[in-house]
Amino acid sequence: MFEPVLLRNVDVPDGHLLSTYEAGGGYKALAKVLREHTPDEVVELVKQSNLRGRGGAGFPTGMKWGFVPKRADKPKYLCCNADEGEPGTFKDRIIMERDPHQLIEGLAVSAYAIGAETAYVYVRGEYVAAIRRLEQAIAEAHEKGYLGENILGSDFKFAVHIHCGAGAYICGEETAMLESLEGKRAQPRLKPPFPAVAGLYASPTVINNVETLACVPHIVMRGAHWFRAIGPDKSPGPKLYCISGQVRKPGLYELPMGIPLRELVENHAGGPLPGRRIKAVIPGGVSAPLIPESGLEVGMDFDSLAAVGSMLGSAGVIVIDDSTCMVKVATRIVEFFHHESCGKCTPCREGLNWAVKVLRRIEAGEGAPGDLEQLERLCKGIFGNTFCALGDGAAMGLRAALEHFRYEFVAHIEERRCPFH
Amino acid sequence: MSMREKIKQAAARYPDQRSAIMPALLIAQKEHGHLPGPVLEEVADILGVERIWVYELATFYTLFHTEPVGMFHLQLCDNVSCMLCGSEALLKHLETALGINKGETTPDRLFTLSTVECLGACEMAPVMQVGDDYHGNLDNGRIDALLAALRREAGQATGADLAAAVPPGE
Repeated sequence: MFEPVLLRNVDVPDGHLLSTYEAGGGYKALAKVLREHTPDEVVELVKQSNLRGRGGAGFPTGMKWGFVPKRADKPKYLCCNADEGEPGTFKDRIIMERDPHQLIEGLAVSAYAIGAETAYVYVRGEYVAAIRRLEQAIAEAHEKGYLGENILGSDFKFAVHIHCGAGAYICGEETAMLESLEGKRAQPRLKPPFPAVAGLYASPTVINNVETLACVPHIVMRGAHWFRAIGPDKSPGPKLYCISGQVRKPGLYELPMGIPLRELVENHAGGPLPGRRIKAVIPGGVSAPLIPESGLEVGMDFDSLAAVGSMLGSAGVIVIDDSTCMVKVATRIVEFFHHESCGKCTPCREGLNWAVKVLRRIEAGEGAPGDLEQLERLCKGIFGNTFCALGDGAAMGLRAALEHFRYEFVAHIEERRCPFH
Repeated sequence: MSMREKIKQAAARYPDQRSAIMPALLIAQKEHGHLPGPVLEEVADILGVERIWVYELATFYTLFHTEPVGMFHLQLCDNVSCMLCGSEALLKHLETALGINKGETTPDRLFTLSTVECLGACEMAPVMQVGDDYHGNLDNGRIDALLAALRREAGQATGADLAAAVPPGE
């Protein structure tokens, strides 16, 4: 029987308060590492757990921490990516609003492991309720000695600051986030150097997602073996799945990594709306290529989804039923990336503008022969030719719609109208 | 606390004053309602940074408004999850109810209507942000009730609040 850990407090009244968190064993992981473990041992523990980053890319967290130089002339920084702009995704908001101490303890343990004394939590500015809860939780933790100087009687000191974003999806890309934190326009940096070596203010920096950090105290308390025993060996652990769209029970679900997409949507989220059938599902936020109904047996983990040409991404599962026009969905996805392109790379900036114009024309019944080939050429010109993955996300999403629902695009062009209107 | 003091306090969190531009702009916008040129210059002066750095940020990030917005900024999400749950029809309903198109402000400067990219609350789609608050699971009835409540709130607001919603010179 799977026991949820990340969401155990979110439906508890006053789950956001320190007293609730402590009553459930909160901050014991911080006390344990400070008392019993060296920083290197914590890094090793996280490596053994095989925790992979929950922000989208799925990079092994312990390995990322291991890249931070042991000795550095400059201070090291920990940044929490709480920008959460991927459409279909809302998991980090719920952790911050309803169980913010879980994140703060994760930050403290992680900072101890990498040798950082300062963390910035980069929260998207729209999340006002989450920001207030975090502010309150930081003050509580500070008062109780979980943050500040000589934490729990040790010589570890650590401060957490909130940095509010101002509405730019690109800030979720880690190097763009660093630029934004430095007070610049959020445009991605060329790598290398990687942030672990030269990140914020050119200092060694680790950037982790909210959910990733929230996993860390549980790994400390329950052990790497417990974590690895959940889900597939190559991408183990409990996972938060955000379910939205045309489905009976949208919401946030904690289940093992690797659960079949069909089981997630039909059993846990209640399946399609009355009288409807599922047409396609986007498994990991709009950057993740959609999967047609026939492919829903796939496991929800990094490797299984990659094997079928999609990705786990942020695990923002969007359900689309048979009442929906796929040209419209594809257009809206590409419009999003076009709007959010930071403008640094020409293929993304110009290519997405062009693709949006062609898609809007097709949807309006004014498509021309050759438009689909034009869209495919644009995808080819964008994919792999940009600094960051924003352009890739748009190209992959559009390619998947063209591949699986080409007949809908063709019908729009041939009938000179949207068959769904 | 004055705006200058609030900005100075926020800036103390960073080793580099440039990092404080974004928090400073959020503070200034809260104070002034939007960010006209003189406010941007004041922010630059308080932090002692190049003015162009402040202009760069104010025009890059969507939460910063260099033009005035109404007393209530209605920001309807129309990204995929909200679209699938009916945001398109809600936008039409809002446009009819307010007598304006998206991107516009009502003549009494009470409401500005915008569509925005994902608000990160897809579990309660369709969703709209008004000021600091999210309103989810919207339908026409809930929109009407919300607009009525906001109008009532405006009626109870002080003259200073209403004046703040009107840009200087109008």
